[in-house]
Amino acid sequence: MIALIVISIGILFNLFGCIGLLRLPDVYNRLQAATKCVTLGCCSILAGVLIHFGFTEAGIKALVAVPLLFFSSTVAAHALIRGTYLFGVKMSDKSVKDDYKDVEK
Amino acid sequence: MRYVVFFILGLIFWLAVTFDISAANIVAGSAASLVCTLIFARFYFKGVQKFFHPARWFWGLVYLMVFVWACIKANFDVAFRVLSPAMPIKPGIVKVRTSLKSEFAKMLLANSITMTPGTLTVDIIGDDFYVHWIYIRSANPEVYTSMILGRFEKYIKKIVE
Repeated sequence: MIALIVISIGILFNLFGCIGLLRLPDVYNRLQAATKCVTLGCCSILAGVLIHFGFTEAGIKALVAVPLLFFSSTVAAHALIRGTYLFGVKMSDKSVKDDYKDVEK
Repeated sequence: MRYVVFFILGLIFWLAVTFDISAANIVAGSAASLVCTLIFARFYFKGVQKFFHPARWFWGLVYLMVFVWACIKANFDVAFRVLSPAMPIKPGIVKVRTSLKSEFAKMLLANSITMTPGTLTVDIIGDDFYVHWIYIRSANPEVYTSMILGRFEKYIKKIVE
């Protein structure tokens, strides 16, 4: 039962991430939604799997997947956002500040 | 020394993923772990003796709890911004300066920033972090530096340096 609740919360956060991907104005803000919501959503689903199966084979594998997901998604977001900036994609009109513009890259 | 630690961590990881403690699997895991050690170990664990201080592990646990809490807050924050009809965003890239020195500490801090409310690390040049912020709350560099880094920097300093 607890496992089902935790998994439902995970799916809900994944949904928020997807809505953010559609609604936010530019690629930088979209990446924010995509990294945070989707990572915690997936971690929540994996935690649900761990609770459901306990410390058996599937549970331990879910536990191992959590830190892997954390590091890979943060590093991927960093690489994507930097690559996007260097490629020259403009930030949305709502942006108020850009300290990265004048830097030697 | 660093090679030994790397090898053992690799072997533990292999056994956790395959979940099979037969002799054949341990030999295969050792071989895979040895190859990884020879290729990658020289990039990691500069001060490997730090690995055995209990105080660092304690601060690691504290940091983990702070981090998970910040992470959950981050999700509610982003969910709120995404779902509210007016969409309260004021995005921009700000420059913050860290006092951390080692590469590993900077990596940890950058990943923490990425997972916390509304901030995403774009680049690290020297000691400067360039952080994309979805809602810039303050124009004062000192204030936003402590808002972005303050929570984690002190713990990471205790763990790694």
